[in-house]
Amino acid sequence: MYRYSLGNRRWQFSTLAELMAKATPARSGDRLAGVIADTAEERVVAQMALAELPLKTFLSEAVIPYEQDEVTRLILDDHDVGAFEPVAHLTVGDFRNWLLSDHATQEILASVQAGITPEMAAAVSKIMRNQDLILVAAKCRVQTAFRNTIGLPGRMSTRLQPNHPTDDITGIAASILDGLLYGSGDAVIGINPATDNVAQSVRLLQLMDEVIRKYEIPTQSCVLTHVTNTLEAIEQKAPVDLVFQSIGGTEATNRSFGFDLATLAEARDAALSLNRGTVGNNVMYFETGQGSALSANAHHGVDQQTCEARAYAVARKFQPLLVNTVVGFIGPEYLFDGKEITRAGLEDHFCGKLLGLPMGCDICYTNHAEADQNDMDNLLTLLGVASCNFIMGIPGSDDIMLNYQTTSFHDALYLRRVLDKRPAPEFEQWLTRMQIFQDGEGKVPADKLPESFRASLASLPGGGS
Amino acid sequence: MTQSKPVVTGNPWRRLSAWTDARIGLGRAGVSLPTQEMLAFQLAHAQARDAVHLPLDTAALLKALEELTLRRNALLPHEPVHLQSQAGDRVTYLQRPDLGRRLSQSSCQVLDRLGHTGDSPVDLAIVVADGLSSYGVQENAVGFIEALLTDLEGDDQTWELAPLTVVSQGRVAIGDDVGHRLNARCVVVLIGERPGLSSPDSLGLYLTWQPRSGLTDASRNCISNIRPAGLPVEEASRRLMYLLGEARRQQVSGVPLKDRSEETVIDQGIGNFLLR
Repeated sequence: MYRYSLGNRRWQFSTLAELMAKATPARSGDRLAGVIADTAEERVVAQMALAELPLKTFLSEAVIPYEQDEVTRLILDDHDVGAFEPVAHLTVGDFRNWLLSDHATQEILASVQAGITPEMAAAVSKIMRNQDLILVAAKCRVQTAFRNTIGLPGRMSTRLQPNHPTDDITGIAASILDGLLYGSGDAVIGINPATDNVAQSVRLLQLMDEVIRKYEIPTQSCVLTHVTNTLEAIEQKAPVDLVFQSIGGTEATNRSFGFDLATLAEARDAALSLNRGTVGNNVMYFETGQGSALSANAHHGVDQQTCEARAYAVARKFQPLLVNTVVGFIGPEYLFDGKEITRAGLEDHFCGKLLGLPMGCDICYTNHAEADQNDMDNLLTLLGVASCNFIMGIPGSDDIMLNYQTTSFHDALYLRRVLDKRPAPEFEQWLTRMQIFQDGEGKVPADKLPESFRASLASLPGGGS
Repeated sequence: MTQSKPVVTGNPWRRLSAWTDARIGLGRAGVSLPTQEMLAFQLAHAQARDAVHLPLDTAALLKALEELTLRRNALLPHEPVHLQSQAGDRVTYLQRPDLGRRLSQSSCQVLDRLGHTGDSPVDLAIVVADGLSSYGVQENAVGFIEALLTDLEGDDQTWELAPLTVVSQGRVAIGDDVGHRLNARCVVVLIGERPGLSSPDSLGLYLTWQPRSGLTDASRNCISNIRPAGLPVEEASRRLMYLLGEARRQQVSGVPLKDRSEETVIDQGIGNFLLR
């Protein structure tokens, strides 16, 4: 039981999960789950009570029982007591001060990563304002590599997402060309297949591999299909760079997705055995998003932001190249409007970075959410300031397969200009070498069609221009 | 006089849009969207927003399904049945997915009265739900069912069907309860997918073997984007027939049931021109 007195009024919260849920800034998914604070005042009181809680509490009290959930076991069994030592004496409220203070430098933050549990990160995020989330995340640096280096200071990468509603090869190739010529694709060229089977995955993997090899693009490809499909594709000797999987923060969520931790370990080993990376061997690509646990009825009464942070423990175990919080995709039942999507995006990015993950964000919304392009512009700019590792890139913001809106190739160039961001160095050099960009920093696209792509376009019916 | 650079830079690869609906080759003002493209996007978003709130014309749909049962009386001896979820209206539906997954009390009674419980099970129940795009259902559901009936009739094994059902304010998982109450070995839910800017009319399809309440997505197989400009109804039906056959043979659906149907990909385009 957690108690708090304010004036002559006494409040109580029966479990740690209830205290965490009631301290969470308001959002529709927690309302749907029935775990939200009853009043605005109760929310702040819960935040005050949470601020007084020692961080150590999270090591002795699990929000989901150890015996019931392999993600809890992963979190507690892998906790690094030595790394935790510098912050072990702090309460959640002191932890916020410490994170914001000049004591918490980039190096110190990196050294405590393995001592911080997802619940500690979630708890402190609940008592941080948006600017706090941005400031601390900007201090964290998480660098990963496969055929290029992602997460270096002053850099921001993009996933080129050339989805097509029937996986039409010409349609996909057209979107890849558009993206490359707008300087997109250094995080990954990643396709969500419309037809989710092994044969189709292999076909799409071959398509991307051929393009990457022909143009010698320093990037990696991925088909975002189920982990078991990718395992089969590897067995069939398909050119797999990265293994994809959507992950959640509870064992039951992951079972509803059709995998467990052992499946991920097997898939990572299989991808590593291919030895396809050139400058690094981070071979996993994970996607997450608040609300997935509740959607699978697998949240155990835990609020959706804490469940999300727990998914990062799953990701952390497998040293991913990319972790992408798909923040607005799930719909208004979980994040109702632009304000809730924005807050969730900043929380996810902060928690992931604090835990040492290469966080990117699919800054997005669906047509049944109360959100629009202006909300996305705002979150894009905020995440740029927070030093987000990567964002999505899609032609004109319109995903014609998944039927939602995410950031466009143009959006990424906007951010590069206003915040002086550059693509991954290897990719940036390629853009210049290929005369796709006029400058050496990926900010000024060429006025004319680059020489290397003229033959391809000239081969089209109607000829080149 | 020197000729100054144009304010908007066009993209010569724009003509590739003949092969895709993706918004490619939009050109740029600096690095930003040209005004015309920006406003075209705003219009598409406004139309999609409107589509979410357009109600399904259930009377028209039921009438069309009734006519279908008359034409295909051998496979469909029963009249279609209208059901309702526990979400009474659109606003509730959007905010309470849990209610959209559950049948209203009166709909439960209607199904239980149909008297299939206790009999030997039927092979398949087809459930139509409005989902997030009534337009997708209105435009494609009847055509798809007709194509499927043709394929079922031509199949090697016989298929006994439960009455067709139409669910208002329904989510995917409601089909499991409907299928269970109709004592069906397998349920196929046809549902309006969330409308996209370029595809406000998409129908999705979910298959569950041994449907019952409480199953998750891991137990379902999905075929999406069924619409004239996406996956045509005949092709979707062909893919579903493969899944139905395999589900029946292996007595399973979802993650363990991989779609290994031969990909007869009809590339409408010109292949991967980037390799030329």
